[in-house]
Amino acid sequence: MSSSGDESMASEIDEQEQNGGRGIPDYIMNLEDVPSTLPTHLELQKTRVFCNLDAPQHTDTIQYSGAYAALGVDNSVRLDNFYQNFKVEVKRITDEEMEFDMIGIDPAVANAFRRILIAEVPTMAIERVYIANNTSLVQDEVLSHRLGLIPIDADPKLFEYPDDAGGENNEKNTIVFKQHVRCEKGQPRLTVKSDTLKWLPNGSELIAEGTKSAADPAPKTFTTFNQKSLPKFSKDPAPYNLDVIVAKLGPGQEIELEAHAVKGIGKTHAKWSPVATAWYRMLPEVVLTKDVKDELAEELVSKCPAKVFDIEDIGRGRKKAVVKNARACTLCRECIREADEGEEGGEGEKWTDRVSLRRVKDHFIFTIESTGAIPPDVLFTEAVKILEDKCERVITELS
Amino acid sequence: MEHGSYSDLSKSTFSLVDEDHTFANSVRFILNQDPRVTFCGYSIPHPSENRVNVRVQTTGDPASEVLKDGCQDLMLMCQHVRSTFGKAVNDFKTSKSVRSTSEKAVSESDDDMDT
Repeated sequence: MSSSGDESMASEIDEQEQNGGRGIPDYIMNLEDVPSTLPTHLELQKTRVFCNLDAPQHTDTIQYSGAYAALGVDNSVRLDNFYQNFKVEVKRITDEEMEFDMIGIDPAVANAFRRILIAEVPTMAIERVYIANNTSLVQDEVLSHRLGLIPIDADPKLFEYPDDAGGENNEKNTIVFKQHVRCEKGQPRLTVKSDTLKWLPNGSELIAEGTKSAADPAPKTFTTFNQKSLPKFSKDPAPYNLDVIVAKLGPGQEIELEAHAVKGIGKTHAKWSPVATAWYRMLPEVVLTKDVKDELAEELVSKCPAKVFDIEDIGRGRKKAVVKNARACTLCRECIREADEGEEGGEGEKWTDRVSLRRVKDHFIFTIESTGAIPPDVLFTEAVKILEDKCERVITELS
Repeated sequence: MEHGSYSDLSKSTFSLVDEDHTFANSVRFILNQDPRVTFCGYSIPHPSENRVNVRVQTTGDPASEVLKDGCQDLMLMCQHVRSTFGKAVNDFKTSKSVRSTSEKAVSESDDDMDT
């Protein structure tokens, strides 16, 4: 159907024809986040990444305010424009995981949220472990490291960061846990799980070295406080998962220790990261630029491993391929690969002429997997707040 | 924290301590969309130093003012993101709880969705 006969003109015209002739569907141009001022092919290059067979094309985001000055189009940031176009659509949400679509935002800002989620939202994690007795096979340092990685279910907002200057641990910056497990002789091997970590609201019970004296009636411990005086926790601090395996004990082996959890951020150590992962991907867009019918339609449906396409009956026993679920597309490009690549250069249509794979540059499918201490929707709100704080800090430093 | 010429305020490099790509890249994006800005970029001079240099050149306005406006814009953007997100989550949760309660009829209370 394409006017291939006219395409023996100059290469520039050739290119324009291709972009214009790719059949941009009306519904793209009618989207409200597409201002109608730019020529269609430029608009498409600005808002979509073309996932071609060899390489992705037009991957840049056009940021510079004067990028389209020659066309008389203003590309500067307008907050009211952002306010109008920005949308959030929640897809699913549980205590530990959520997925939502963030539409109309730049990758720079979306990535800032992701980075903050991973590295800068505070949580509580075990930082110091005082081992009184450890006869298990797991070495002290390995055991401490394992304890550190256990997510602690406590609201970090109720706590302060520990004092770097070596000040006293107090009820506002430390949670103390005790673990004392023993595998009796003659018993089968014992698996020590995280539920054996018990919260000590009155602080440390271990006596600090060198302070023990017969005369002192109240021996000094590592902390002196009473957490009962704190604003009520909604629940007692405890590991979020009670079935994390910490160590295994043989008959006669014993672990006795005290673990102090403090507040921190993922930048310092990954154990403080509140998310298992937080990631986003751009929305895939699959467009059939030509009608794909009958055997070709069958072939297209069977080619796609993600089941993006479906077949529609168009009467009289004829079939047509339609895009059913573009969101599931992994951009594997299997649908535009020729079955026998050896015979390239042959005349006739190629799959690249029929199917166009794209990504929408300002539509992010964001997924947050929390470790459990903070629900994922609260995490995201916190992350945005942290970016706001950063801005505020710079503003105050400048004025 | 600011390095630049005292006579020409339109070009400055701002050295921000304790910041990284997170902040610098988003502020670069905001500033590049500001028509007053002729150039904006950032660099991290050394990976083990907690510092980022943001270069701002403008058409005439003081660079620090333009940077301040950029931060202000970013902050407003964040506030809008936060409120939109909060609303979307609330809507989703209420619609889900309405659906589940209507399905389960009156047999179970919905007190888990209340808070």
